[in-house]
Amino acid sequence: MSYVPHTDRDREEMLRSIGASSVEDLLREIPPSIRFGGALPLPRPLSQQETEEELARLAGLCRGAHGFDSYLGGGSYDHYVPALVGATTSRPEFYTAYTPYQAEVSQGTLQAIFEFQSLIARLTAMPIVNASLYDGATALVEGVWMASGEKVGRSEVLVARSVHPRYRAALCAHLAVSGLRLRELPAGEGGDIDLSMLKESVSSETAVVVVQSPNFFGLLEKTGEIGEIAHAAGALFLQIFEPVSLAILATPGEAGADIAVGEGAALGSRPSFGGPLLGLFAAREAFLRRMPGRLSGMTEDALGERAFTLTLQTREQHIRRDKATSNICTNQGLVALAAAVHLAAMGRVGLRRAALLTQERALLLRRLLGEGGARFPFAGPFFREFVVRFPEEAVRAGLVDHLQSKGILPGIPLEGAYPELGGCRLVAVTERRSPESIRRFADLVRGFRGAERGVRYA
Amino acid sequence: MPNPVIFELHKQGRSAEHLPLPAGPESEILASIPERMRRRAPLPLPEVPELELARHYERLARMNHHVEKDVYPLGSCTMKYNPKLHEKVASLPGFAALHPMTPEELSQGALELLVSLEEALKAITGMDAFTLQPSAGAHGEFTGLSLVEAYYRRKGETRPKVVLPDSAHGTNPASVRRLGLVPVEVKSDERGEVSLEALERIVDGSTAALMLTLPNTLGLFESRLPRIVEIVHGAGAQIYLDGANLNALLGIVRPGDVGFDVMHTNLHKTFSTPHGGGGPGAGPVGVKEHLRPFLPTPRAVRSGDRFAWDHDCPDSIGPVHSWYGNFAILVRAYAYIRHLGAPGLREVTENAILNANYLRSLIEKEYPIPYRRIAMHEFVASASRFFKDSNVRAMDIGKRLLDFGFYAPTISFPLIVKEALMIEPTETETRESIERYAEAMLRIAREIEEDPERVRSAPHETPVRRVNESLASRRPRLAWEETADGGGEPPRD
Repeated sequence: MSYVPHTDRDREEMLRSIGASSVEDLLREIPPSIRFGGALPLPRPLSQQETEEELARLAGLCRGAHGFDSYLGGGSYDHYVPALVGATTSRPEFYTAYTPYQAEVSQGTLQAIFEFQSLIARLTAMPIVNASLYDGATALVEGVWMASGEKVGRSEVLVARSVHPRYRAALCAHLAVSGLRLRELPAGEGGDIDLSMLKESVSSETAVVVVQSPNFFGLLEKTGEIGEIAHAAGALFLQIFEPVSLAILATPGEAGADIAVGEGAALGSRPSFGGPLLGLFAAREAFLRRMPGRLSGMTEDALGERAFTLTLQTREQHIRRDKATSNICTNQGLVALAAAVHLAAMGRVGLRRAALLTQERALLLRRLLGEGGARFPFAGPFFREFVVRFPEEAVRAGLVDHLQSKGILPGIPLEGAYPELGGCRLVAVTERRSPESIRRFADLVRGFRGAERGVRYA
Repeated sequence: MPNPVIFELHKQGRSAEHLPLPAGPESEILASIPERMRRRAPLPLPEVPELELARHYERLARMNHHVEKDVYPLGSCTMKYNPKLHEKVASLPGFAALHPMTPEELSQGALELLVSLEEALKAITGMDAFTLQPSAGAHGEFTGLSLVEAYYRRKGETRPKVVLPDSAHGTNPASVRRLGLVPVEVKSDERGEVSLEALERIVDGSTAALMLTLPNTLGLFESRLPRIVEIVHGAGAQIYLDGANLNALLGIVRPGDVGFDVMHTNLHKTFSTPHGGGGPGAGPVGVKEHLRPFLPTPRAVRSGDRFAWDHDCPDSIGPVHSWYGNFAILVRAYAYIRHLGAPGLREVTENAILNANYLRSLIEKEYPIPYRRIAMHEFVASASRFFKDSNVRAMDIGKRLLDFGFYAPTISFPLIVKEALMIEPTETETRESIERYAEAMLRIAREIEEDPERVRSAPHETPVRRVNESLASRRPRLAWEETADGGGEPPRD
C-alpha cells in the first residue's frame, strides 16, 4: 500500500536487532501529551487503479485543456516541444536524482546544468547564467535583490507598469520589509515606456530600472535606449526577457542589461496550470560572487580529465547561512534540463523558425481580427501577443461566451490589472495555433451578431 | 575520454526539422520588427541530429546515481521511491495542457485538486489553512516568515528577532535575513535538543518566532516541546516548523495540535515527488487561524458544488509565485496522499523510523553516534575517530561509498557534529538494501585501519575520479567557450 517492502518477519527481526519491542517502543521519546490519537481524517485509501481513476476524473474536469484552441498567454506559452525532451526528462537517472552534491556520481546532471547555463548565455548574450530559480516572478525578485546589494544607498526600484502584473505583485510581496521602495513607471500612450518620462523618473535614488520586453502587452520596449538612460543616472538596468523571442529579438546583452531574468518554461515544458516553471537568471561578470542559486562549473578530476561540479558554493545558504546571497536551495533542475534538451533539439534553425512562425501567425490573427472590426489600443511593434478590443456591442451581446462555446479561448481579460484597458483582452499566438484555427477565430468574431446571446458554456 | 559537451557535437545544417516553414518569406515577418529591435548577435545554438542527441543524454544519464539505481540515504533529503503512477497522472493532458488563466468553469478539476490537497494537508498537520504557492522549502520559509512579519506589522509590534537552533538548516537563517529580520542562534544541549535555559534567555518581546525543525536535524524528537511552546508563546512569539522532516510525524504528531503557528512542508520529500536532480519541489505553507488573512493570493476555494479563485484577500501579503505554485508537483503529492490514506501515511512514518534505527544498529559499533538516543527517520553518526586516528574524513568515507555503488550520506551537517554523516534510508528501502549499505560502511571502517589511503583517495570506480572543486572556484568556467577552431577545450590560463 505505502510502497513499504517489509514483511512482518523482517520487521520483527529488525526490531530485535535494534533492541526495541515494537515500533511503538521507538516512539517513546515523544511526550504522550502531544501524541496524535486516532487516524488522520483523510478519505479512505485508494488502490493504485482507483487513484489513477480519481486523478483522471479531475483531469477530465479541466475542460479548457481538451478541444479548445487556446489564445491565452500572458507569461505562459504553449510552444511545440520535441518528443526528445519528455523522453529525456522521464529517465529515472535524471528525475530521481538529487541535487548533484557528490559530483563523481552526478556528472550527468552537472554537465546538463553546465550546458543549460551555456545555452541560456548564448541565447541572452549574457556572460553568466545560474542553474535556475523558481519562476519568472521570483527570478525578478532575486534580480532586484542582487541589484540593491550592488547599489547600496539607493533605495528606489523603478518598475515599469508594463511589467507582468503578477510579477510586480510578487516583487511587492517579497520586498515588503526590505527597505526598498517600489516606484511605478507608468506606460506611455503607446503601451510601452515613454523615454522622456523615464528620464524624468530615474534619479540618484534609483538602484535599478526594471523593464520587460516584450512587455506584458506583447510590445517591444526600446531596451537599448532604456539601458543608456538607466546607466546615465547611475542605476542598473534589469530586463525581463522571453527566451523564444530572443531567436529574433535584440538580446538583453546587446541592450546593455546588467541583469536579465525571464520565465523559461516555454522551452520544453507544458503549461501545467502554471507550474513547474523555470526562473532564468543571467548577469554581467561583475556579479559573479553575488549570484543567487547554484552554478555548475567546468573543472578536472584527480586524473586531469574534464569534469563538472557545483561551484562558488560559499555564496550559498548551506555554507554561508545568514550571509548567503539567497536562501534558495531546491531549484527547478528538471525543468532546466527540459529547456537544455529543447534548445539542443530545436537548435539554431528550429528556435528561429518557432519565433518566426509564431510571429507570422500572430500577425495573421491581428490582421484578420482587425478586418472583423476589432481594434487595437497599441500600434507599436509586438511579438507573439497583442491587446485587442473587440467590438463593444459584440462583447455586450456575449461574444466571449460564444467564442468559448465554439472552442476558442480568446485571450486574457485585462480590466482587473489594468482598469484603463477595460473591455480589452490580451491575445497570444504560438506556432501551435494553425492558420485554420486562426481564421476560424477571426470568422467567429466577424460573424457574431449576438444571435446566440445567452449561450453559456459550463 | 570525457563525454563531449553538446557544442562539440555541432555541425551546421544537421538539426532535425520540427516545425513547418512559415507561409511567407522571412523578410516579411521580420518587417514587423524595427531593425534596431532585432537580434544582431549570432545565435550559436548547436545543430545536432536527433540520434546523436539521444546518445548524448544517454551518456550523461549513465553517469548519474539515482534512486532507482541503488540506496540514496542522503540525510534530510528523503530520497524515497517515486511511484511511476505519479509521473503518469501528472502528465495527463487535462493537467499538462491547462493554461493557468483558463476560465474557472473550464478548470474545475485543477481547482478541485488544489482545494482537496489543501484539505488533506490540513488533516495531516492539524493546521487551519495552507497556501500551495511556494516552490520549495526555502521559498516556504520565506513565505511563512512573511506571514508572521505581516501579522506583527498589523498589530503594530516590532519584533525583529527570529530564534534558530544551532542545528538548523542553512536555509533558515538565510530566509530570516532575506526578510530583513535578525537570526539569533540558540544552543543545543548535551541531549542534542534546544537548550531550555538558553531559549529562556533569548526569547523576549522582540522575538517574532522560533524556527524549529521536528524531528531536529540530528533526527531526534524535541522531547520537551511542550515547554518550548510555553516559553515562546509566553513571549507572544510564533513557532515556525521547518517541515523538512514531516515524514517522521505522519499520524504520530500533528504540528497544528501541539503549538506550531506556521509551517512549511516539502512535498518533494515527505509526499514522494521526485527530486529532479535538484528540483522542482513544492513548499506549501500551513498556518493557524490568526495568520490565515495574510496568506498569498489568489486562494482556490469551494463555492457550493463548484470551485473558484478568491482574489478578495485584503490583508494578503500578495502572490509569491507567477501563478499558483508547482502544480504538477502538487498533483503527484495528491495522488500519493489519496493512495496511501491515513493508514498508509502512518506506515510510511513507522517504517522510516524502523529503517533508520535498524541501519544505525548495524553500524553504530564502528561509527559512533554522538547523541545516543532513539533516532526518528534519520540519524547522525560521526567519523571523527577515523579523522583523529587515520586522517580520514567523513567526506572520504562518503566518496568511498560511491565506489560500492551507493550514494553518500549528507556530509558535514549538522554543523554541531564533528565529521557528521547524516543518514536517512527512508521507508521504501528493503531490509536487504539496508544490510548491504551497512556492510559497505563496515568494510570501509576496516579499510581505514588496513589501508587508509585507499579511502582518502576515493572514489576509484566512479565515472570520474575525485573532482577538483577548488580549481572550479579559482577559475570559474560557467559556460562553454569555443576555441578558435570551433571545438575542444577552452584555452587554459
